Amino acid sequence: MTGFLSFIPRAVGQGIPLLFGCTGEIITEKSGNLNLGIPGVMYVGAISGVIGSFFYENSVGDGSMNGFLAIMIPVLCSLLGSFLMGILYCFLTVTLRANQNVTGLAMTTFGVGFGNFFGGSLIRLSNLDVPTIALSKTSAYFSATLPFAKKLGWFGEIFLSYGFLAYTGVIIAVATAVFLKKSRAGLHLRAVGESPATADAMGINVTAYKYNATVTGCMIAGLGGLYYVMDYASGVWSNDAFGDRGWLAIALVIFTIWKADIGILASFLFGGLYILYLYIPTGMEHMELKELYKMIPYVVTSIVLIVTSMRNRREDQPPASLGLNYFREER
Amino acid sequence: MTDSNAAVSMRNITKNFGKGGYANDHVSLDIYKGEILSLLGENGSGKTTLMNMLSGIYYPDSGEIYIGSKQVSINSPKDAYDLGIGMVHQHFKLVDVLSAAENIVLGLSGKLDMKNARETIQKICDRYGFDVDLDKKIYNMSVSEKQTVEIVKVLYRGADILILDEPTAVLTPQETKKLFEVMRNMKDDGKALVIITHKLDEVMEISDRVAILRRGEFIGTLITKNTDPQEMTDMMVGHRVELNIERPEPLDPKPRLKISGLNITNEEGLQKIRDVDLSINSGEILGIAGISGCGQKELLEAIAGLQKVDSGSIIYIDDDGTEKELVGMDPVKIKNLGVSLSFVPEDRLGMGLVGNMDLSDNMMLRSFREGSGVFTDRKEPHKRAEKIVKQLHVDTPGIETPVRRLSGGNIQKILVGRELYQRPKVLMTAYVVRGLDINSSYTIYDLIVFQKLAGTAVIFVGEDLDVLLQISDRVAVLCDGHINGVLDGRKATKSEVGLLMTSLKEGTRDGE
Repeated sequence: MTGFLSFIPRAVGQGIPLLFGCTGEIITEKSGNLNLGIPGVMYVGAISGVIGSFFYENSVGDGSMNGFLAIMIPVLCSLLGSFLMGILYCFLTVTLRANQNVTGLAMTTFGVGFGNFFGGSLIRLSNLDVPTIALSKTSAYFSATLPFAKKLGWFGEIFLSYGFLAYTGVIIAVATAVFLKKSRAGLHLRAVGESPATADAMGINVTAYKYNATVTGCMIAGLGGLYYVMDYASGVWSNDAFGDRGWLAIALVIFTIWKADIGILASFLFGGLYILYLYIPTGMEHMELKELYKMIPYVVTSIVLIVTSMRNRREDQPPASLGLNYFREER
Repeated sequence: MTDSNAAVSMRNITKNFGKGGYANDHVSLDIYKGEILSLLGENGSGKTTLMNMLSGIYYPDSGEIYIGSKQVSINSPKDAYDLGIGMVHQHFKLVDVLSAAENIVLGLSGKLDMKNARETIQKICDRYGFDVDLDKKIYNMSVSEKQTVEIVKVLYRGADILILDEPTAVLTPQETKKLFEVMRNMKDDGKALVIITHKLDEVMEISDRVAILRRGEFIGTLITKNTDPQEMTDMMVGHRVELNIERPEPLDPKPRLKISGLNITNEEGLQKIRDVDLSINSGEILGIAGISGCGQKELLEAIAGLQKVDSGSIIYIDDDGTEKELVGMDPVKIKNLGVSLSFVPEDRLGMGLVGNMDLSDNMMLRSFREGSGVFTDRKEPHKRAEKIVKQLHVDTPGIETPVRRLSGGNIQKILVGRELYQRPKVLMTAYVVRGLDINSSYTIYDLIVFQKLAGTAVIFVGEDLDVLLQISDRVAVLCDGHINGVLDGRKATKSEVGLLMTSLKEGTRDGE
C-alpha cells in the first residue's frame, strides 16, 4: 500500500508535463495545424523559464526572494519563449504555407538545440562541478503545497501534494474541453480544423483562428516544460533531461481522440507507465530487465496507435484537414 | 448607370487569374428581387467566378458592385452575408462531423444558444417547406439533405439574395422538383435568386430570366418565356450546336459480359450490390440509372477487378466465343482483355490522372507497360496527348502543362480521350460529362456512340436522365444495389425510370 501511495503522486508528477503538451497540441490540431514542433516548444518553454529565474536568483544573491517575482518571472519568460515558437510556426505554415511536418520537425530540432545551447551556457556561467543548473530556491516556490496537505494522510498525498502548476494543468485541460464543446469560438475552431474552406465561407477568419489556437497551444505546452524543470526536477536543469516527453504528448493526443478531458487521466496513466520500471522488482542480478521495462510507455504507445487507427467512428477521427495548409484562392 | 430597382448591380466586373485570358471581362449584370435568374454558360465561362465575387470568395480586379443604389466592396464571405448575399456552392461547404444545426449557426457571433437557434431554424424550414433533421450529422446525410442544410444556412443568416451553384447536378428528378418548389416559395417571398446551371430544360422550367456568359464575357440576357434551348445554346457556344444524340441500331449485338448472382459488400460492411443479373452486348450502350451511391461504382469496379466480390460470376465472352471468368482475376489481366474503366468520380484527379504530371506523362500511366527495356518511351505518349488535345479541343497552354492547372472539363476530356484511345472491348464510363459544358458533353457523347459503332460494349452510368434515355439502347435501373428493372431505351420515359430509381418494389420489365 505504501508503494502504491508513493506511486500515484509520482505518476501524476510525470503525467503533468504530458498533460500540458497534450492539451496544447489538441488545441493546435483542432485548428488543422499538426505541430510536430511541440517537443521543441516544451524545451524552449523550460529553458526560457530557467534563464529568467537564473538571472533573478543571481541578482538577489543571498538575500531573500520575492515569492511573487520568483514565480512570475519564470512563468512569463516561459510563456514568452513558447509564444515566439508558436508565432514562428504559424508564420511559416499559415502565412508562408510551408509544409507542416517539415516545419514542425525543424522546430523540434531547433528547440532542443536552443535549450541545450543556453542550458550549456548557463552551466558555464554558474561554475559548478556538475553539468547542471540548480534553481532550488525558485523550485521551492513552484513545488510549494498547501500547508495542511501533509496532515491529511493518504488523501493529502494523492490529491494535494503537488505544486500550483499541476492544478493549473488540470484546470486548463478541463477548460479546453468545455471551450471546444460548448462555446461558439470552440465550434468555429473545430470547423476550421475540419474544413477551413467551409469556415472561411461562413465568415470565420481562418488565419486568425489558426494563429490563436497554435500560439495558445504552444504556450500551454511550454508550461509543461517549465513544470518539469521547476517542480518535478526540483529546479535542476541538465541538458537532454526532458527526454522524449514531447513525443509522448503528441501520441497522447491520438490516444485521447482529441478530447482534452480524457487527456487528464490518459496523461497520468502514461506518467505511471513512464516510471513503472522503478516499481517492478527485478532483483540485483537482473538489472537488464529494468531497461526492458523502460520500454513500456513506447510499446503501449505503439499498440495504442495501432488500435486507434482501426477505429471507424467519424467523431473519433482526426480533424479532417489536419496537416493541410489553407489557401482561399486555390483552384 | 445602375438600375435603381435592382437588388444587385454588377458593373464592368473584371477578374484575371493570371493564366492567360480573363475569367471575367467587363461583365455587367442586374439581379432583381422576386425573380429567378439563370446564369448560363459553358465550363470556364466564368459563371462561378462571377458569383464568387458577389459572395466574397474572390475580389474583382476592377469594376463596381451596387446593392440597391449604394456601391459596396465585398472583401470576405462575411461582408457578403452582412449585405444579405448568400451562396450555396457546388461543392458543399459543410463540416462533416458537425450536426445540421451546428453547421447552420457556424460563423455567427454571440453566445452559443443551440435551443434558441433550433427554434429559429425550424421556423424557416416550416415557412419554405424544407424537411431536415437538425441533429443529424452531415456525414450521415444524402446529397439532397446536405443541400437543404446549405440553403437553410444561407436563409438563417437573413440572406435575401441567394445564389445556387449547379444545385441540381447531384439530385434525382424527384429531388430537383422539390428544390424547385422551395425556390418558387422563396421567390414569392420576395427573395432574389440566381441559379447557375447548364441544364437547359431546367433553365426553361424554373427561371424568369437568363443571363448568358461566354469565355468570361457577358453575352446578353433573355426573358425565359420568349426563348428556347436552341437559341440559348447558340448564344452560349457562339455557333450552332446540334442538340441531338445519334442512336444508331446496335450492329450485330453479341453477348460480351454476363453477370449473374453478383453480391458485393463494401469495406464498411454495407451490402452494395444484391443478386445482380445483367448481360451486356457488344455494339450496344447499356445505361445504368440510379441515385448516387446505390451501387454503380461497386458494379463497375467489380467488372474491372478492383472490387472484391462476395458471390456471383462475371463472364467475359470473346469474339470467338471463348468464355473467361473475371471474378478473382488480376485487374491488369482484365485490362489486357480490353475491359476499360473510365470512372470519372467527383474528384476528377482522385482517380485516373495525376494532377502534378503533364499531359503526356498522364498518357504514360496507361501505356508504361508496353514496350521493352528499362527506359520508357516518351515520344509515343506525347503524340497521343497531342492527338487527344486536337481531336477533343482540349483548352491547354501546352502538352507540358500539369493536368491540375486545367479546368475540370478539360481534365475530363483528357481522361476520356485516353481511355478511348485504347480501343476497348468493354468501355465503362461513369458521370463522364459531370460538370462539362454542353459543347464538350456532346463531343463526348459522339465519341461514345462512335465506340459503340466500332463494336464496343458500352456501360454508361449517368445522372442526367434525359441524356441517358437518349443515348442508351437499354437502361438498367439500380436501386440500393438491386436491379429494379431493365427498360428499352427507346421506349422508356423519364418518370418511369425515376420511379424505379427510388422505389424498392420489383418492377422488372425486360426491354429485350
